Amino acid sequence: MVTSHQLDVTFSALADPTRRAILARLSNGEASVTELAEPFQMSLPAVSKHLKVLEKAGLITRGREAQWRPCRLQPEPLREAADWIEQYRRLWDERFDNLGELLRKLQGQGETK
Amino acid sequence: MTERPSTLKILSDLEISMTREFDAPRELVYRAFTDPELVPQWWGLRASTTIVDQFDLRVGGAWRFIQRMPDGTEFAFRGEFLELVPPSKVTQTFEFEPMPGHITQDTMELTETNGKTLLTVTSKFQSIEDRDGMLQSGMEGGANESYDRLAELLETLKS
Repeated sequence: MVTSHQLDVTFSALADPTRRAILARLSNGEASVTELAEPFQMSLPAVSKHLKVLEKAGLITRGREAQWRPCRLQPEPLREAADWIEQYRRLWDERFDNLGELLRKLQGQGETK
Repeated sequence: MTERPSTLKILSDLEISMTREFDAPRELVYRAFTDPELVPQWWGLRASTTIVDQFDLRVGGAWRFIQRMPDGTEFAFRGEFLELVPPSKVTQTFEFEPMPGHITQDTMELTETNGKTLLTVTSKFQSIEDRDGMLQSGMEGGANESYDRLAELLETLKS
């Protein structure tokens, strides 16, 4: 059962492009803060701040290893958000498909076949 | 015949948008949104029939559609036109009648380049409950495929 609160937290976490990029990176496997900071022109503390948001949202976990606490993706809450998003996508995809068909039909009307 | 796939964007915790390019001038796309003869041909789920009960196309005017499912079940949706800017923008509210008071605002924006129209639909929810409820409301018509949506979401996140 998807709770609104969890979805809310997940969506807030996903609303930021840096956090989305971090999650996309972590979908390829665990990474350290330094590794995660690399592609962004961002200080380590700034990246750490985003990681805290993601950790609080339950989207990632951090390892306990003292030196490099690797970040790992926690897919479950994301799956719930993905289900929601997927429904929205499917609704509008179907409408867009129908609309595309209609537009072709309307444009074809003036022409002789 | 194949159109480019839609792009989905999460704009905030209460806003989501979908964009697709259509091979048609935007005047025509605008017409498809504002002509009561044309709207039923694309708006409803493919398996259902959409009946236009009300379509008062002016700012503050009301619209009401009835969706009839193959099994004869009917449910209605209603809303109000908030903004009509031909041929570039339509803003309207959306309400599923069995869940009154939960109103979503949908904005359709059209830009044209070289005869092709880029359509962006942005849905803005009033609250988290509305956001989550909207899709539970009669939008469950599609088959529930069990492919890995997470992979798709992560693809979305990269863009």
